[in-house]
Amino acid sequence: MTSELDIFVGNTTLIDEDVYRLWLDGYSVSDAVALRVRSGILEQTGATAAVLQSDTMDHYRTFHMLERLLHAPPKLLHQLIFQIPPSRQALLIERYYAFDEAFVREVLGKKLSKGTKKDLDDISTKTGITLKSCRRQFDNFKRVFKVVEEMRGSLVDNIQQHFLLSDRLARDYAAIVFFANNRFETGKKKLQYLSFGDFAFCAELMIQNWTLGAVGEAPTDPDSQVDDMDMDLDKEFLQDLKELKVLVADKDLLDLHKSLVCTALRGKLGVFSEMEANFKNLSRGLVNVAAKLTHNKDVRDLFVDLVEKTPLQTPGPRKWLPRAPTVGVSLKAGREYLPT
Amino acid sequence: MPGKLKVKIVAGRHLPVMDRASDLTDAFVEVKFGNTTFKTDVYLKSLNPQWNSEWFKFEVDDEDLQDEPLQITVLDHDTYSANDAIGKVYIDIDPLLYSEAATVISGWFPIYDTIHGIRGEINVVVKVDLFNDLNRFRQSSCGVKFFCTTSIPKCYRAVIIHGFVEELVVNEDPEYQWIDRIRTPRASNEARQRLISLMSGELQRKIGLKVLEMRGNAVVGYLQCFDLEGESGLVVRAIGTACTLDKLSSPAAFLPACNSPSKEMKEIPFNEDPNPNTHSSGPSTPLKNQTYSFSPSKSYSRQSSSSDTDLSLTPKTGMGSGSAGKEGGPFKALLRQQTQSALEQREFPFFTLTAFPPGFLVHVGGVVSARSVKLLDRIHNPAFVGIMGNTRSYKLLDWNSFNSDEPETRDAWWAEIRQEIKSHAKALGCHAVVGYSESTSICEEVCILSASGTAAVLNPRFLQDGTVEGCLEQRLEENLPAGCGFCHIPYDELNMPFPAHLTYCNNCRKQKVPDVLFTTIDLPVDATVIGKGCLIQARLCRLKKKAQAEANATAISNLLPFMEYEVHTQLMNKLKLKAMNALFGLRIQITVGENMLMGLASATGVYLAALPTPGGIQIAGKTPNDGSYEQHISHMQKKINDTIAKNKELYEINPPEISEEIIGSPIPEPRQRSRLLRSQSESSDEVTELDLSHGKKDAFVLEIDDTDAMEDVHSLLTDVPPPSGFYSCNTEIMPGINNWTSEIQMFTSVRVIRLSSLNLTNQALNKNFNDLCENLLKSLYFKLRSMIPCCLCHVNFTVSLPEDELIQVTVTAVAITFDKNQALQTTKTHAEKLLQRASTDNEELLQFPLELCSDSLPSHPFPPAKAVTVEKASPMGEGNFRNRSAPPCANSTVGVVKMTPLSFIPGAKITKYLGIINMFFIRETTSLREEGGVSGFLHAFIAEVFAMVRAHVAALGGNAVVSYIMKQCVFMENPNKNQAQCLINVSGDAVVFVRESELEVVSTPQPAASCQPSCTGGEVTT
Repeated sequence: MTSELDIFVGNTTLIDEDVYRLWLDGYSVSDAVALRVRSGILEQTGATAAVLQSDTMDHYRTFHMLERLLHAPPKLLHQLIFQIPPSRQALLIERYYAFDEAFVREVLGKKLSKGTKKDLDDISTKTGITLKSCRRQFDNFKRVFKVVEEMRGSLVDNIQQHFLLSDRLARDYAAIVFFANNRFETGKKKLQYLSFGDFAFCAELMIQNWTLGAVGEAPTDPDSQVDDMDMDLDKEFLQDLKELKVLVADKDLLDLHKSLVCTALRGKLGVFSEMEANFKNLSRGLVNVAAKLTHNKDVRDLFVDLVEKTPLQTPGPRKWLPRAPTVGVSLKAGREYLPT
Repeated sequence: MPGKLKVKIVAGRHLPVMDRASDLTDAFVEVKFGNTTFKTDVYLKSLNPQWNSEWFKFEVDDEDLQDEPLQITVLDHDTYSANDAIGKVYIDIDPLLYSEAATVISGWFPIYDTIHGIRGEINVVVKVDLFNDLNRFRQSSCGVKFFCTTSIPKCYRAVIIHGFVEELVVNEDPEYQWIDRIRTPRASNEARQRLISLMSGELQRKIGLKVLEMRGNAVVGYLQCFDLEGESGLVVRAIGTACTLDKLSSPAAFLPACNSPSKEMKEIPFNEDPNPNTHSSGPSTPLKNQTYSFSPSKSYSRQSSSSDTDLSLTPKTGMGSGSAGKEGGPFKALLRQQTQSALEQREFPFFTLTAFPPGFLVHVGGVVSARSVKLLDRIHNPAFVGIMGNTRSYKLLDWNSFNSDEPETRDAWWAEIRQEIKSHAKALGCHAVVGYSESTSICEEVCILSASGTAAVLNPRFLQDGTVEGCLEQRLEENLPAGCGFCHIPYDELNMPFPAHLTYCNNCRKQKVPDVLFTTIDLPVDATVIGKGCLIQARLCRLKKKAQAEANATAISNLLPFMEYEVHTQLMNKLKLKAMNALFGLRIQITVGENMLMGLASATGVYLAALPTPGGIQIAGKTPNDGSYEQHISHMQKKINDTIAKNKELYEINPPEISEEIIGSPIPEPRQRSRLLRSQSESSDEVTELDLSHGKKDAFVLEIDDTDAMEDVHSLLTDVPPPSGFYSCNTEIMPGINNWTSEIQMFTSVRVIRLSSLNLTNQALNKNFNDLCENLLKSLYFKLRSMIPCCLCHVNFTVSLPEDELIQVTVTAVAITFDKNQALQTTKTHAEKLLQRASTDNEELLQFPLELCSDSLPSHPFPPAKAVTVEKASPMGEGNFRNRSAPPCANSTVGVVKMTPLSFIPGAKITKYLGIINMFFIRETTSLREEGGVSGFLHAFIAEVFAMVRAHVAALGGNAVVSYIMKQCVFMENPNKNQAQCLINVSGDAVVFVRESELEVVSTPQPAASCQPSCTGGEVTT
C-alpha cells in the first residue's frame, strides 16, 4: 500500500512556521521530517512518523507554490489563489527575505553575477548553510538589486515599496545593494572581525553622505538628478576629498580640526580619550585613505585601507576604536569638514 | 424581450506573458452570451491592461438568462497567426434574476484555463434589467430562489413546505463525441464545462417551473449531481424541497410578515380540512376512539406498499405492557391521518431537509434506503444526429419528453427507487421521508443507483395552507414532551415491521422508544443528549470478479446485501463500543470498481436521553475446550469492556441512574435490532429484503467462530479516538458542544493509495482501506492541532475507485474552535443547554426551544428577560473578541471569504442570501511531472477552485459560502504519458454575514425585539 496522492487544501492556507523555517533553510523533506522528529513533536502530539511525513510534504508543496509569488511580494497581496491573513503574509515575506549573517558576509560587496553563484557551493561548505538556502538568499539579493537598480529616489523606500519588507530588513537590503553596486571588498581576513551590521551602518552613512542622492539634496546642485541616486558614489565628492590633505599638512588646521572633532564627540564616544590622544595619527591615516578615492580600485579597497592604513586597529582591534561607529564618524566627518 | 444583460470589462491584472520577445501581452476580451459576441479593443503591451470598455448590452429572453452562462474569454492579439486564448471566466447570472439577491456582479475574477489553470484576473461588472413578463405560458422561472442549505435558511421563515421536486436532463458527453478525436483537449474541456453549465441552468429553470406550479417560491436543500456515464452520456439531475419562504427582514416585523403571504396562498391545491382543533388536544380520552377507527387505514397503507411481502413483519409478542403504549397511540394515529391526507396528494412525500422548523418533525421511524444496479445503454436520441456539428450542438434535450414511451429511462429508474423508499417508509408507519438524498456510483457500464432517507411522521400544518396565522399558538399547545417526541415509535408496537425491542421513553415514561435509532437527519435542536457525540464510520471492501455487462451487474447485486449487512453490523458494534444509542446524519456510500466494491458509512453517534442505555458487547468463542483460546477470548472481552468504559468517560456519557420501580417494568437486555430497511434490485426488479436482526438472539453477542470474526473484533478496537481536545461529527452541530468561537477552517483533503499486490484478500483490502481512512483522520488532527480545542464538523468522506488498484478518498469538513472553559459549565441542566444551543440559531428558531423549555420543565421557569441575558452572554460574543484572525489589512485588496459546509457561521448572523453557487471545472495537464506530480497538480487545482468560488462570492457582494459541498472530484492520471485530468463540481450558498459583536454595536434594540415573541409565549403558558 503506497500513497499515490496525498493533499490537504484549506480555505485559509495553513502555514506552519517551523516547517517554513526548515524549508527556507533548504532542508529536504526527509531531513525536515528527521529534524521535526528530533524536536519531540511526535511525543507532544501523539502523531506517527507517516503523519509527519505527509504533513511536511504538504507544507513543502504549499511553499513551493507560494515561492513564485514571494518573488514579487505585492503579487502575494493581490493574488486570489491562497487566502492568507495579512499578518501571515507579512511573516512569509519577511522570513523569505531574511538572510544568514554568515552568508551575507561571504557575498557582501561581490558582484551578484553568475560567477558568484557558482561559488555558492564553496560558501555552503564553508558556512554550513545548505546550498539551497544559499541560492535563495543569493537570488533574493540579486532580485532586489535588479528591481531597484534603475530606480530613482530613496533606496530604502524603493525596496520597501517593491518587496514590502520591514524597515529594518529594507535597510539591510539597501546596504547589500549598495555594497554590491560599489563592489567594496569585505572578504579580506583583516576585515573578518567586522560584522554585517558594522558594514550596514557604514553603508547607511555613505548613502546619506557620499552618494549622488546626498548631493542632489544640497541646494547648490539642484539639477544633477541622476538615476541611481542612492547607489553610486558622488565622483566629484571623491575628487574633492583630495583637498583634505591640508588638514594634515597645516599644523593650525590640524589643531582646529582636532578641537572641532573633539568638541563634537566629547561624551559621545566610549574611547574618547584614546581618540583624543591619537588624533594626529588617526587623522593622517584617514586623510591619506580619503585622498586616494579617485581610483575605482581604491574605492573598492576602502574598508581594507581604513583598517590597514589607519591606526584604527592598534593597539588591538577588540579594545577600542575600530568598530564601525568610528569608521562611520570618519566617513561622516569627511563631508562636514571639506574646505569650501 | 424580457431582459437586458449589461456587461462592462474594466481591467486585467497579472496576465501571463504571451509574447516572449517583449515579455508582454496584447490582450483583448470577447464577451459572449448565447449567440451574441462583443469584443473590447486590444490593449497593447501590458500585463495589466485597462480596457474600461463601454457597456455591452445583450437583449435576451429570461429563459436564456436562466440557462446560459456569461462567457468571458481573454485573448492575446496576434497580427499574423490566430489569437491565443489566455483563459475564460464563466459567470452564472442567475443570482441577478431575483430581487432579494445580488443586484450587481462586480469584481476580480480569476481567468481560468483548463490546461494552465489560473492566469491572471479580470475585473468585470455585470447588471441585468428585467422587465415584467405577464405571459402565463412562460418557460422561465425567474424569481424562484435556490438554496443548497438543507434547513430553512436563517433569515427566512417557512410558510409552507410543499415537498419534493426533481428533474433530470441528459446529453451526450462532448468528451465522447466523434469530434473529440480531432479537437484539442482544451476545446474538449471547454465544450464540457459549457455544456454542464448550460445543463445545470436548464435543470434549475425546470425545477423552478415545478416550484411555481406548486405555488412555492423557493427550493431548499437543492442538490444537483452529474453522472458521467461515459459513452452513454451525461446526466445532470437535481432534487430539492419546494417551499414558500417569507423573508424575516427584522425580528420586529415578524408577526405582520406572517399574515400577508398566507393570503396569497389560499389557492394552494391541498385543501383538506386541517382540523385545527385536534392540534390542541393531546392524548385525551375521546380521541382514543378515533384511534381505532383509524387503524384500518394504517394496515391499508401497509398492503399498498409493494415490497411489504418481503419485510420481516414478525411482531415481538409479549413485549410492552400495552396500556401505556395505547395511550400514545391515538395521538399518533390522528397525526398520521392528517399528515397522510396532506402527503398522499404527492407522488413522493420526500424532503431533502435535514433540519426542520420546531414542531415539524413528530416521529422518526428509521433509515430507509434502496439500491438498484443498472446497465447503462447508450442514450440513443434521434435528435442528436440532426444537430451534430451545428454550432448549437449542445442545445439540450429533455430526456423525459423524448423517451416517454421508453421504459428504461433514467427517470424511470429513479421513480422505481423512490417508489421503493416510499413503501419502506409506509412499512415503518411513516408517511414521509426526510433527510432524503440520492447518489450513483458508476464503473464502466454498470451503475448503482442509491437513495436513502429517514422515515418520519410530520406535522401537517407546515404542509398546508390556512393554518399559518395561528402557528405560534398552536405550537405552544403542542403536547408532545420536549426532547423525546421524535424518538417515539411511529409504528404499531403489536405489529412491528421488524423485530425490535421497545422500552418506555426514559424522558416522558409514557411512550415506547426503540433501543437504537438510526437517522439521516441532523440532531433535532430540542433533542436531549447526554455527553458529546462522535463520528462513527463503518468501512468495508469486497473483492469481486471482473466481469462484463450482465454478469457484472448480477455479481454486484449478489454482493450488495452482504455488504449492507456487514456495514450495518459494523455500525452497530461501533455504536455500542462508544456506549451510544443513536446515529444521526447516516450516509452509506457503496462504490463500485472494476474488481471490488467499497462500502463507507459515516454517521454521528450520540447518547439520546430518551433511549435506553446500550448494553455492552459480549464475545463468545466457538471452541470452548481450548484453554488458551478461552483465555484469549476473555482477554478480548476485557479489552472491549475497557474501551467502552474509556469512551464513556471521553464523551462524558453519564446517564442518570434509573431505578426500575419508576418505570414499572424491568429494563430488558439490550438486543441487536435493525432500523434499516433496504433492498437491492437489479434490472430485473427482483427485490430482496434483509432481516438484519441477527436472527432472534436475545443478547448482543459477537461470536468468534473463525479468523474472519476475529479480524472483525480486532478492527473494532483499532479505531483510535481523536487526540484530546478534538471532536468530530458529520452533522451540522456537534451534540454537546455549543460554545463555538468564530475561528473556522474549511478544508478538502484527498488521498489515493495504490494497492500493492494483485492477489488481495478481503481482509487485506479491509485493512488497507481502514488504515487509509484512519491515517487520513490522524493527519487532519495533526494539521489542525493549532486550533485545539476544536471540532471537525460536517466531515464528509467520499470514496471512489478510479482504477483497478487505486482507492481515492476525499474528505471535506470544517474545523471550528470552541471555548473549552465554557464547555465545562454548560452541562448543568437540560434547559440551559437548550437555550445555548438555540442561541446558535437565529431569533426565529430561538423562540420555540424557549417555549418548549417552559412547557416541559415548569420547575425551571425562564422569564424572557433571562433568555435575553443568556443570549447576550452567549460564548460566541466573547469568542469574537478572542478572534485571532486579523481584520483585512488596509493594503490588501482581497477581502476574506469564508467557506463552510455548515448552514451557519459561528458567532455571526447571516443577513442576506445572494444566490446559489454551482460551479464545474475541468483541469488537465500534459506536464504532470513539471507541475509537481499528481499531488502538486491536484493541490493547485483545488486551491484554484476555492479561489474561483471566493471570487464569485466576493463579486456578488458576499463574504461567505455556506452549505458548501464538493459534490464531485473525479481524478484520472496516466503517469506514463505524463498526463492527468480532474473534474470538480462544487456548490453552496453565497451569503453576507455580520459578526454578532458588530451587530450588538450597531443595533442595541435588537435583542429586545427578538424576545418579543417569546414574551407572548411566556404569557400563554402561565
